[in-house]
Amino acid sequence: MKEEVRLMKGNEAIAHAAIRYGCDGYFGYPITPQSEVLETLEELMPWETTGMTVLQAESELAAINMVYGGAATGKAVMTSSSSPGISLKQEGISYIAAASLPALILNVMRGGPGLGTIQPSQADYFQATKGGGHGDYHLIVLAPSTVQEMVDFVGLGFDLAFKYTNPCMILADGIVGQMMEKVVLPEQRARRTDEEIREQCPWAATGRKDGRKRNIITSLELESSRMEVINEQLQARYREIEDKETRWEEIGTEDADYLIVAFGSIARISDKAREIAAEEGIKVGIIRPITLWPFPTEAVNKAAQGKKGVLVVELNAGQMIEDVRLAVHDALPVEHFGRLGGIIPSPEEVVDALKSKIIAKL
Amino acid sequence: MKEEIIIAGFGGQGVLSMGKILAYSGLMDDKEVTWMPSYGPEQRGGTANVTVILSDQKISSPVLDKYDIVVALNQQSLDKFAPKVKKGGVLIYDTNGIHNRPTRDDIRIYPIDAMDATLEIGNSKAYNMVVMGALLKAMDYKLPMENVVKGLKKSLPERHHKLIPLNEKAIEKGASLI
Amino acid sequence: MNIEDIIKEENKVYSKPELLEEVHMHYCPGCSHGVIHKLLAEVIAEMGLTEKTVGVSPVGCAVFAYNYIDVDWIEAAHGRAPAVATAVSRLWPENVVFTYQGDGDMSAIGTAESIHAANRGENIVMIFVNNAIYGMTGGQMAPTTLIGQKTATTPYGRRVDLNGHPLEITNLLKELDGTCYVTRQSVHTPANVRKTKAAIKKAFENALAKKGTSVVEVVATCNSGWKLTPDASNKWMEQNMFEKYPLGDLKNV
Repeated sequence: MKEEVRLMKGNEAIAHAAIRYGCDGYFGYPITPQSEVLETLEELMPWETTGMTVLQAESELAAINMVYGGAATGKAVMTSSSSPGISLKQEGISYIAAASLPALILNVMRGGPGLGTIQPSQADYFQATKGGGHGDYHLIVLAPSTVQEMVDFVGLGFDLAFKYTNPCMILADGIVGQMMEKVVLPEQRARRTDEEIREQCPWAATGRKDGRKRNIITSLELESSRMEVINEQLQARYREIEDKETRWEEIGTEDADYLIVAFGSIARISDKAREIAAEEGIKVGIIRPITLWPFPTEAVNKAAQGKKGVLVVELNAGQMIEDVRLAVHDALPVEHFGRLGGIIPSPEEVVDALKSKIIAKL
Repeated sequence: MKEEIIIAGFGGQGVLSMGKILAYSGLMDDKEVTWMPSYGPEQRGGTANVTVILSDQKISSPVLDKYDIVVALNQQSLDKFAPKVKKGGVLIYDTNGIHNRPTRDDIRIYPIDAMDATLEIGNSKAYNMVVMGALLKAMDYKLPMENVVKGLKKSLPERHHKLIPLNEKAIEKGASLI
Repeated sequence: MNIEDIIKEENKVYSKPELLEEVHMHYCPGCSHGVIHKLLAEVIAEMGLTEKTVGVSPVGCAVFAYNYIDVDWIEAAHGRAPAVATAVSRLWPENVVFTYQGDGDMSAIGTAESIHAANRGENIVMIFVNNAIYGMTGGQMAPTTLIGQKTATTPYGRRVDLNGHPLEITNLLKELDGTCYVTRQSVHTPANVRKTKAAIKKAFENALAKKGTSVVEVVATCNSGWKLTPDASNKWMEQNMFEKYPLGDLKNV
């Protein structure tokens, strides 16, 4: 398949991207607002073309453990779900992280807590960036703001997951999942052959061919001194990821009086707010963390320097703001604006919040 | 060029698919496009709306509070979105079932009888394309018809391509209402 | 005849399977797991599947099975072995995958995964060790614990009104169209050991032939959990377990 320009929903784009980036297996369980991922894959029948496996599992638990199994054999595997389903997957995600396996997990967030709403939300920021499951671990968390980034981050997510043998999460929201945009689908990347996987993933449980030592994929180590070493190795990897893989985007931050920090689709609403504010003579810059973990702490600190105040705009009650405050310390006012329950703020509301929460209080 | 459009009406009026054809037409015209539905329970029977943005440049927010063009296909949508037309913008509404007409004088208002026009064509499914015709005319054909036809082809499954002439006819009919 | 005359290659009647590691097992003396491990190691080697086999170990006493049999292993979360095995089997159809699960893993926390993997007819082997108790965590009730059986969480004996009925998961699995072979065996006598080995071999043959899911239940002892000597455990098993869990093939398609 050649590169192709299409109009499609973020969820559909994920399915196309998975096939085109050479994904070996998708395992999922339907939940709104991301069921189009599995539906599109079933419709495209990639097992007939690239040989990709697609399976509707009996539950989110089964799906994430299928991902664990596939990842343990070095295959490029993924799952997708939405907030309540992602909660169910947390045990498996912790195992995948602990066993140092590459895998891709998509969360198209909906409002919670509990069964909540099927409308968009960003309320799983803490869950995605601060652990989610048990134990000291981190996912690499990518936050797409466009349908194009949904596509691109499937490729980037798999690349990072395999580079660091660490699970990667695409933390999207219902807006990016349900919205249609123009998107450039990449040229087909060939799936790796079994021989290539054996060569590239010598740690994988692929059957101990040619007399090699057996490979054991496990997260269990009852001897505390050895378990501490395993934890230290994980932490060293996290520091390396922080050093090398932190990503963000800045719009008009240099010449601004105020800074908005926002991720995902909300960063785009904030960008529109920036345009509206500019018409009123208020100079606003945007910094959009692309990796939520590792968080662009230094970049946020630098972008905040010389500003009069920072507004953190999120579709939640105030989660990323904690990382923003850690980044800027107490150097300037940092306030939060967000809507809850699946309500999406308009750009005008963001401008109003900037005025009432920051400008009016200076 | 940048057009920020919302189409709003009842669930069964083909609002979302009209938005989709509009977005595809923009794609065929080399525009950046976004199509953002209101989704969820609203999809089933209640009101449905879709925001379509066509632009020569990268599009920021897919969600808006002010629009260049509002297309309102029932009273509820008209009440909600008429105040959200930008000054100098365009409001198109179907007069069918409307008892409370818009009164703004700082925008261009086009009342259309799309339901009657559709009945004249003789296929009720063409309703949204009649509305589309009115919209394209009100946009002064900033999207050329040839690209709209391409958009139709792209967004309709192959088995429905035989309906394209009917859709073109409906679009022409709709344009004549403006 | 002195000892040198006896220790000769031609007199050899038994040797440790080549795939069994040279390590001490953590299992209690008298435990059935060691015998079942040995049979697996023998079957895999004899069928020439060493390079193609991936084992999935459970949470439970057999969590460390990967330390004992010299093939590739994946240690699964509690109850999820059939889901893990499903992916491995589908992504590596040339390989053979088996799960090794206890009664908690198979019929309590992992009931959904067991039933659905079998119902899909995944081409996997499920080894199910049923000793009617939770050994690893200190002898608590299992779904398969018998009525009246004392455990750490049924100190006065299992009661139907409090704890429900013993769950015959294998009987359920037999009913599913995805299973091709469902059998119940034991390893408490040499004759039974031989039958169990034949059953495991058949299960692996089915997986290679893509016939669907094979389930080999091994009714087993847990003398530590049962608080009996190994010998008394065997007798208790014969007298009590076999009535509820009779040995033999339940399904062989």
